[in-house]
Amino acid sequence: MVKILKPNLSLAIGRLGLKNPVMVASGTFGYAEEFRDFIDLKKLGAIVTKTITVKPRHGNLPPRTCETPSGMLNSIGLENPGIDQFIEGKLPFLKKLAVPIIASIAAEESPDEFSILVKQLDKLSGISAIELNISCPNLQKDKLISQDAKETFELVSSVRRLTKKCLITKLSPNVTSICEIALAAEKAGSDAVALINTLSGMSIDVNKRIPKLGSWVGGLSGPAIRPVAVKMVWEAYNKIRIPIIGMGGIMDTESALEFFIAGASAISVGTANFINPRASIEIISGLKQYMADNNIQNLSNIIGRLKACND
Amino acid sequence: MKIAQIKAKIISNKRLKRNYWHLEFESSIIANNAQPGQFVNIKVSDGLGPLLRRPISIHGVKGSTVKLIYEVLGKGTQALSARKPKEFLDIIGPLGNGFGYKQLAKAGKAKNILIAGGMGVAPLVFLAEKIKPVKPLVLIGAKTKNQILCTPEFKSLGCTLKLATDDGSAGFKGRVTDLLKIVLEQAKPSRLFSCGPHPMLKTIARIAHENKINAQLSLEEHMACGIGACLGCVVSTKAGYKRVCKDGPVFSSEELIW
Repeated sequence: MVKILKPNLSLAIGRLGLKNPVMVASGTFGYAEEFRDFIDLKKLGAIVTKTITVKPRHGNLPPRTCETPSGMLNSIGLENPGIDQFIEGKLPFLKKLAVPIIASIAAEESPDEFSILVKQLDKLSGISAIELNISCPNLQKDKLISQDAKETFELVSSVRRLTKKCLITKLSPNVTSICEIALAAEKAGSDAVALINTLSGMSIDVNKRIPKLGSWVGGLSGPAIRPVAVKMVWEAYNKIRIPIIGMGGIMDTESALEFFIAGASAISVGTANFINPRASIEIISGLKQYMADNNIQNLSNIIGRLKACND
Repeated sequence: MKIAQIKAKIISNKRLKRNYWHLEFESSIIANNAQPGQFVNIKVSDGLGPLLRRPISIHGVKGSTVKLIYEVLGKGTQALSARKPKEFLDIIGPLGNGFGYKQLAKAGKAKNILIAGGMGVAPLVFLAEKIKPVKPLVLIGAKTKNQILCTPEFKSLGCTLKLATDDGSAGFKGRVTDLLKIVLEQAKPSRLFSCGPHPMLKTIARIAHENKINAQLSLEEHMACGIGACLGCVVSTKAGYKRVCKDGPVFSSEELIW
């Protein structure tokens, strides 16, 4: 048996080439500066920024986080400095890292804001890809774009015309059929889908009889949602052709591998960044070790290679 | 300033009294860099419950030893109290911006006042050590006598100590903020430093404003990351929301909107 000396973790998502498939998820990594003391940021596959909107956003009323069994709720509400301040204040640091930067964007009022943002980001050499956050549960909207296949199709189509950069559409798990929405994103020209955003949730302080979050409800993340995420990745993998970036409660190498085997081409580390700032880097070396131990030359050899129980 | 994520060996972890605990761990990097008002963020158990780290104020350092005191209130602190000496804790620190204490007015009657509510004594002992030559006046408030902590530490640092208890079992009967008002009738300090429950800090901010005194207040909030990334622990300030973990936990009272 030939031993694998240098496992190959590189991959491409549309025009976006990555040296490894481990990203950090939007909203859990700030604009990367916050993690510079803990890890060598250059080792990351890609960095997805905290979501950016056209105008600065203050975000929701505190308290904004609370712990739940094996997870946490957040209702940050997309606090961010706005696109202009992002470009001026945050991008220079990110550019120096020489790691693909994926700008996560969202609209506050009208879907047209996506077009404004994409036009601006399209011109920037420091931005490698754009993630359309059409699935944030913390905007006090009755319905998210990603909860409707037609709206998802229209939104993705409208921005697809504006950029040749890699487009990733981030979807909500709060839907009847994830495949229906993923197919709509694919048909509209999205280069990849990111699965999953947080699950809508609520937690109550029984002594005070008040919700634990200032905005009452929030998004659930962490290991508690991992089985939901793995299942949705697996379902979507069987229906769509574009790559899937899998996320939802990935804490370590083993949980990352679940996503690859279910069908994800890349993964994002989210809540784990809060608990162990080194989680993403540990997963990169853990994947190499797994590949070496199992004689796997290319990570693509395990993507979607789920076997039936009695095989 | 250097922030480290380390596996730190527990030296001791003992109950002080009631549900107050004292923990010491070994870390020269945290001990050398820690400033009063800063905190450490501790993964109290290796598993998924509790999931998030728990932020705990730094109580003091001695050589390469870092001292903490904490109150067992929920699952996190309960799990922490079960940890034994020689075990290792995953700790990030020192974090946040502490008290600004450089260029304090030299020793004079009640020029610098430290006001602690309950567990709020933790960072103020560390501050009192750093400003020892100034000999600050220390006011400690609690519900009842046996909830008052750290009086020997303050005394050994040469601080003048005044106590307030809700039930009058020690010192002044009433709130520590009422005791502060009485103190202010006699002398006007140049600075107030405080740590304690939110309503107490709010009252101190008002008193400081009315008396035109600079007050530095250490706030507490639920945190997810503790390193400024998640924007979970924000507080309202005149410059918009600020992060308790990174921009604070110590804020100037004039910055804050209550």
